Amino acid sequence: MTNAMKVRVLVRPKRGILDPQGEAVKRALPALGFSGVETVHIGRLIEMEVESADEVEGMCRRLLANPTTEEYEWEVVS
Amino acid sequence: MSIQETYASLGLSDYEYDRILELMGRAPNYLELSLFSVMWSEHCGYKNSRPLLRRFPNTGPRVLQGPGENAGVIEVGEGWALAFKMESHNHPSAVEPYEGAATGVGGIIRDVIAMGARPVALLNALRFGPLDDERNRYLFREVVRGIGGYGNAIGVPTVGGEVEFSPAYSGNPLVNAMCVGIIRADEVVRAKAEAGEGNLVVLFGAKTGRDGIHGATFASDELTEESEAKRSNVQVGDPFAGKMLIECSLRLLERNLLVALQDLGAAGIASSASEMAARGEVGIEIDAEKVPLREEGMEAWEVVISESQERMLAVVEPEKADEVLKVCERYELDAAVVGRVTSHGELRVLDNGEPIGSVPAQYLADAPVYEREVQRPSYLDEAQRFDPDDLPLPDDYNEVLLRMLAHPSLCSRASVYEQYDSEVGSDTVVRPGADAAVMRIKGTKLGFAVTADVSGRHCYLDPRGGGAAAVAEAYRNLSCVGAEPVAITDCLNFGSPEKPDGYYGLSECVDGMAEACEVLGTPVVSGNVSLFNETERGAIYPTPAVGMVGVFEDVSRHATPGFKREGDMVVVLGGIPRWPREGHPLSGSSYLEVIEGKVAGRPIVPDLAAEKEAADLVRTMIRSGLIDTAHDVSEGGTLVAFAEMALAGGIGFDFAAREIERFADDKRHLQEILLGEKGATFVVTVPQNRWPELQEALSGANIGYDDTGYTGGDRFVVPGLIDLSLEDLRRARERDLFEQHAPEGGHLG
Repeated sequence: MTNAMKVRVLVRPKRGILDPQGEAVKRALPALGFSGVETVHIGRLIEMEVESADEVEGMCRRLLANPTTEEYEWEVVS
Repeated sequence: MSIQETYASLGLSDYEYDRILELMGRAPNYLELSLFSVMWSEHCGYKNSRPLLRRFPNTGPRVLQGPGENAGVIEVGEGWALAFKMESHNHPSAVEPYEGAATGVGGIIRDVIAMGARPVALLNALRFGPLDDERNRYLFREVVRGIGGYGNAIGVPTVGGEVEFSPAYSGNPLVNAMCVGIIRADEVVRAKAEAGEGNLVVLFGAKTGRDGIHGATFASDELTEESEAKRSNVQVGDPFAGKMLIECSLRLLERNLLVALQDLGAAGIASSASEMAARGEVGIEIDAEKVPLREEGMEAWEVVISESQERMLAVVEPEKADEVLKVCERYELDAAVVGRVTSHGELRVLDNGEPIGSVPAQYLADAPVYEREVQRPSYLDEAQRFDPDDLPLPDDYNEVLLRMLAHPSLCSRASVYEQYDSEVGSDTVVRPGADAAVMRIKGTKLGFAVTADVSGRHCYLDPRGGGAAAVAEAYRNLSCVGAEPVAITDCLNFGSPEKPDGYYGLSECVDGMAEACEVLGTPVVSGNVSLFNETERGAIYPTPAVGMVGVFEDVSRHATPGFKREGDMVVVLGGIPRWPREGHPLSGSSYLEVIEGKVAGRPIVPDLAAEKEAADLVRTMIRSGLIDTAHDVSEGGTLVAFAEMALAGGIGFDFAAREIERFADDKRHLQEILLGEKGATFVVTVPQNRWPELQEALSGANIGYDDTGYTGGDRFVVPGLIDLSLEDLRRARERDLFEQHAPEGGHLG
């Protein structure tokens, strides 16, 4: 794959939607003595090497993110 | 937006708005309109179905709580009782199947907690379009994942249910969830705020966000980034918070810290508070700013109608409030005093002390009632005219049986229920796959059985008969495992009530169910109505799902369908119906749909007296220990019943040759015996040396029976018609319903 480009996709829960993972971490941090944590949201980072970026948008919509509950953004990093 | 557009966008009609004006004597504000919109919806107010629901019997010797509470309650014995209810989550599941199904499970669990009961069993009734369609496969897979994802994590076993596939449900899946909880009969909690003035209202559970808020588009008619961000969120379930909510609620009740308890469902605080106020004939004031929020900048009206999951509302005496908050803290739940009980009889919402909406709770509870027009749909005559006798006889019964066993609506459900934890809690006696799930009550000999049933196809072809048949099948299923059927919960899934021919189906199904409940002695103690299940292709089949619960004095005396021993006699027994019977045993049958591709004809009209007589006798024989193997004959007829029993037990079956010879000259009659669906019929087995005892037990009853064959070997044989190995049958029936790829949308994460 000589022409491969590296794409980075960031997926996160839509603003305002319940994020049980984030809530759990937010609750756990003060218990360990870390204070001043206002909000925590947990999403995921996906890195791919692709021949072309043409299909990335479709990949995000149909598999990498669930557009009903998540938002995503992606970029070509190299 | 004009006022007319506003109330229309909230689902209120002109008539309803006028009535609100009349009741209030002034124009309501948006918050007040929202309260009416929600409380007068079908989901909360039963405005289209209330006159029909009155037809159901709802009292009985074991009924402790009938309809009108969060769940119905029946008595088991020795001071134990069961609380149960079934509810639909069809629309949310069509939009976001995983979370829709998950929050459906969470919601029905909270109804049971609100009665003070510990949830111990979950069931579900599911309908999807055919699996050759990608979208249907996606919905099916995600709904099943969602049920497992929530139910498995919260630690309540999913012990039974049913699933069928038909084009009638394409684009409009049905997701009905049922929960059964266990409670001491003298500790049933009721959701009244009766202890009166001065008591405090405590909200506990998850934080409140903009979840499922109907009017979000109201805020702005121009779609800006800000308004986009303010749009209503899809509800996301959090089973770990749900688990905490169960334990916290039960601890609060056990310590006698609560006056009343209510779950939050549709329309959140607003509907829960107004229901509590109306039932208790008191007022409730809510301080919107005291509600713990997940999001910033929420308006007070958003706070009170938000449908965020995993929350409960309690009425608490002031001196106990601190203790309540402390217990919630122990379970890592947010909790706050958010209001108080007053004598003014109104549901009043305040924002930093300023009233921003106030409506007499009684107005909200008194939704208008519509007596809809009823008209027999034109398709019925056409469909019922079909005569199965015009069809050719099957020429290859081997192929017929294999094809039927492999059909998605008849094949093994293992690929679904194996995704569910059916044993957590260690009280499951009979796992999924039998006629009904059997559960024990720890520390006693008592137990209960539970089943969910309905044939949409039957209700489509004969709504009244189909409604009765759904109740009768549930009654048979419980009797087959040896439980005494006690009461039902139902979920009435129908199309639009505003179409007279659609309303006909609802009205007729309810009549059929009511009559069956009356004759069988199983009152309706709780339920839910889901209307407007329509797509551009039309309404779904009328689908009144029936969840029936029965009890055991001694749960060890139960039966299962699998053959137990080689050489047992296989006996078909059935109630002897009144003649002439209306309908045809092949009409609306699985055979007709699977083999001939037809949903047509007039199904046999259930004979309820015969149903009761046969089922009661089977139960008596199980209790006395005479039989331990029983199965009811329903979809697919006796042939499919025999095959299911052989496969469940891993023992072959030999049909008696003389039975075949008897009908050598009447092949049609033979076909009806093997494939017909006429109700009131069971297959049981008995060791040969106990055959005289069985005959003795049957002699006094108005029951017809035939010793149809024998168990044994590893083949399934009907002389001259079928000769297959059990392995052939297993390969056909044990099909993986998920074998075909479904689109993966939203699957990561």
